[in-house]
Amino acid sequence: MRPTDRHYLSSHEWIKISGDNAVIGITDFAVEELSSGNEGDLVYCDLPEVGRNLEESETFGEIESVKAVSDLNTPLPGEVVEINSAIEDHLEILSDDPWDRGWLIKIRLADKDTSKLLDAAAYEETLASHS
Amino acid sequence: MNKDLLLFEKSRPGRRTLRLGELDVPAARLDALPAGSLRETPPKLPEIGELELVRHFVRLSKKNVSIADSFYPLGSCTMKYNPLLNESAAAIEGFRDIHPLQDPGRLQGALAIMKRLEETLAAITGLEAVTLHPAAGAQGELAALLVAHKHFARMGQSQRTKVLIPDSAHGTNPASASLAGLTALEVKSGPDGLVDLADLESKLGADTAVFMITNPSTLGLFETNIARISELVHAAGGLVYMDGANMNAIMGIARPVDFGVDMMHLNLHKTFSTPHGGGGPGAGPICVTAELEPYLPAPRIVENDSGLHLDYDIPHSIGMLRGFAGNFGVLLRAYCYLRRLGAEGIQRVAENAVLNANYLRVKLRDAYHVPFDSICMHEFVCNNRNQREQGVHTLDIAKRLIDMGHHPMTIYFPLVVNEAMMIEPTETEAKETLDAFIEDMLQVAREAEENPERLHAAPCTTPVGRLDEGRAVREPILRYNFSD
Amino acid sequence: MPFIQNTPDDQREMLAAVGVKSLDELFEGIPAELRLKGPLAVAAGISEDSLWKELKQLASWNSSGAGGSFLGAGMYRHYYPQVVDALQGRQEFVTAYTPYQPEAGQGTLTAFFEFQTMIAELCGLEVANASMYDGCSAAAEAVIMAANLTRKRRRVVVSRGVHPHTRRTLKTYLEWTGLECIEVPLGEDGKTKWADLVDADCCALLVQSPNTLGVIEDTSAAAKLARDAGAISIQSVYPISLGLLKSPGEAGFDIAVGEGQSLGIPTACGGPSFGLFATKQSFVRKMPGRIVGQTEDSQGRRGFALTFQTREQHIRRAKATSNICTNNALMALRGAIYLAAAGAEGLREVASHSLAKAQYAAVEIESLGGFSLRHTSDACFNEFVVDCPVPAAEVNRAIDAAGMIGGFEIGRWYPELGPKALLLAFTELSSRDQIHSLLRAMDSCKSRIPVG
Repeated sequence: MRPTDRHYLSSHEWIKISGDNAVIGITDFAVEELSSGNEGDLVYCDLPEVGRNLEESETFGEIESVKAVSDLNTPLPGEVVEINSAIEDHLEILSDDPWDRGWLIKIRLADKDTSKLLDAAAYEETLASHS
Repeated sequence: MNKDLLLFEKSRPGRRTLRLGELDVPAARLDALPAGSLRETPPKLPEIGELELVRHFVRLSKKNVSIADSFYPLGSCTMKYNPLLNESAAAIEGFRDIHPLQDPGRLQGALAIMKRLEETLAAITGLEAVTLHPAAGAQGELAALLVAHKHFARMGQSQRTKVLIPDSAHGTNPASASLAGLTALEVKSGPDGLVDLADLESKLGADTAVFMITNPSTLGLFETNIARISELVHAAGGLVYMDGANMNAIMGIARPVDFGVDMMHLNLHKTFSTPHGGGGPGAGPICVTAELEPYLPAPRIVENDSGLHLDYDIPHSIGMLRGFAGNFGVLLRAYCYLRRLGAEGIQRVAENAVLNANYLRVKLRDAYHVPFDSICMHEFVCNNRNQREQGVHTLDIAKRLIDMGHHPMTIYFPLVVNEAMMIEPTETEAKETLDAFIEDMLQVAREAEENPERLHAAPCTTPVGRLDEGRAVREPILRYNFSD
Repeated sequence: MPFIQNTPDDQREMLAAVGVKSLDELFEGIPAELRLKGPLAVAAGISEDSLWKELKQLASWNSSGAGGSFLGAGMYRHYYPQVVDALQGRQEFVTAYTPYQPEAGQGTLTAFFEFQTMIAELCGLEVANASMYDGCSAAAEAVIMAANLTRKRRRVVVSRGVHPHTRRTLKTYLEWTGLECIEVPLGEDGKTKWADLVDADCCALLVQSPNTLGVIEDTSAAAKLARDAGAISIQSVYPISLGLLKSPGEAGFDIAVGEGQSLGIPTACGGPSFGLFATKQSFVRKMPGRIVGQTEDSQGRRGFALTFQTREQHIRRAKATSNICTNNALMALRGAIYLAAAGAEGLREVASHSLAKAQYAAVEIESLGGFSLRHTSDACFNEFVVDCPVPAAEVNRAIDAAGMIGGFEIGRWYPELGPKALLLAFTELSSRDQIHSLLRAMDSCKSRIPVG
């Protein structure tokens, strides 16, 4: 079971809310899909500038492996207040710890309504239909 | 001596291969040129004597797997034999050393070849108008989508901006749509691998510009509903575009015009035997209905009292997509090929391409999972489902084939089949070549059971083993570093 | 049947294995009403020897200007050593596919890596791709890349000295992008008269040097104009000229593009050749086309592979940097072999011989009387515009009658130059004898000047 302290998108992003802010990352499944299990195959992550306002489900960046690329979408709207710049040079962090050290951006939430998002159980269900 | 040195590492000051004779006019007056227009630092080009130059490129050539030395069942690429006559034809002085801007009266041979090729392609597709201008299939797609865009704009239907594309399509289709200022919209494949008609219908509407379909599809299946699909697209006011990448399966058997196709491209470097050259050059002629002809790119080959000439001034044309008329050297090769085949030969090509593909399919289907296991066209798709439990990926199978002396099939495409292997033998291969490939594929399947490590370690007979492609992106070295 | 090896016995055996009775049965998946009812309306096939005869005849309808050619205007006849044909023509290069399986394509990949290095060096820039279709499409793709790099800027400023086919190609590619393309005229001196259009709304500046009239542009000034405005500067080059002339990198350009034909490729009625494309390393992620990179295998052996593939259509699909897939690889290989055969010294020799021939011809043409150069030959590289006393078409007919190919009637592209303007090109292949034959043919036209 994946962490229950956060919400998910079927496109494999997670969001963890604390107070007015939230941290966003991608799931272990996304990392595995992109890198086909070979962490050396993750090659590039493009994150937004601090201060950018993201609308609901807006694409804020991209992550690439050697032969795949995936958009990064925000589960909730808000202003980017911090990015995890360590990721850009050390993509292996994403394989090691996608849930904590592998966070991508922190936003100041413009809307905290999580009703459209998936909880961990619902996300697991979408994965089951994948394989 | 290390035989694997780069040209730059073999370079020795003072050597070279190209030396011109004595100048028969006074030396150039460099000081006469405008101030500041001369180069300050010479380019660091290699300095190589002729023998070393020859050895370098001969050795490099031996590091390639090519049709000329190996079976090359690369799905969707139609790696058929490239007749050597065609290479000699392109080297005839009267074809090689002619300039596209010289007096058309002095170009009648070249223009006649292009005109006759247009006519032959029109006959094969059934579509009235052909241009040989596009440099490759993707440029043909772009040309046709620009034609469609312009057509709708002129008809006062600028709201038609959507290009519907099946999920099994080549990536060039959506990329060309974007470049043509249109928006790609994906249409799902059904469980039979064909276009999901319900999904298509739900996406057709007043904003539909074009439906792009690869037929036969990249799964090697003929789109049996093609006529119905065309009706639906036409009823919605859209145009049907056929990606002709897989024309090898049906030429002489069926004509796209009878499917309701309004426009299509052909890949001369696939179906019509011109060599791939390690990635190009190709040619991507497009064929369209009479209604769309006015928009075709310039120049067009036209005939008047004094013979054939190139008309660059076409009022409603989308314009030019490249310099001059087209890749004449490629067009000439395709002309030669079609001239050898004639009407009957064209049909035999399709028949034998389909026969060879089906023969491989039935011989391999017990060892490898074939998701759509019915009579296929010129290619079929299988995957590693039977080998996955042993931890064997499609990539491993492909790499092992290299050690066995074959070029691998296309892998991980189309995207609609997990870990796909797409196999296209083409009509030019002999049965015994297919049998040898079958035997090796079955051997690989046995190894996957008994000794998967052998597959993971492949290839081991090649100049290099599997490369760290991640590193090539993370720490890019895109040119030789002279300071080393 | 040519090229098909299956015998009737083979076919029978294979059909039985497939479980069908006839070849026809293989096509039953195609609805009957969609099947072709009769034979194609295509002539019957012919044997190789008959075809060869036919080809020789067709080729004889073309003139390859064995007595000399002074036609350039975007494609130039240079000498290439025989090793170029022999090495590029090796079947292992000719009949290989795009090296998506790097272990099976190290030959092509290594050659591309060397090609990229040589093109980058030639252009004085950091990196180059593994080729585009030709110079025109390369320029169009460069402008699109510049617009992607500069986001909201919408204006493209293009010199009228840029080859008209390049400008037309650009217009086609930009048709639906919302980018505005403004053409800047040439002055009396044949150089671009940049106005105040290169400003904060300009995404790209495109200049060609030497330009279509043969005039060498002030490239450093053009690059500076773009740099000061924050726009991307693009120079279209004639690669042979870079043996002598300032490279785009030295002049300060961000991108160099160009028609690669002059690097060892025959004119072949307009193609195939290749487009060269070089830029800064920091722009690589926005660059169109295939790129080869160096890496290693698990044993630490150097190897080469296609890299940054996620930019490309087969991965990024609708969001790719370009739709290009097939490029002009084999012609790029020719270019690489040619550049390696020449080296910097050989390239400089070819460039300076071409210049010398043009300078010599310029003096001789002006001394004929009645003919004058539109711009001084000191402003030009190997090509210049001559104002003739009679229509240029007439002069060309006289040159043709002498067994040579004349120049380009440049008024067709630049009506402002009038019908008497003739663009003549010279290369190291233009011998002194040929130049004098040209002069005699031109001189003979003077007598046709209508009296009064």
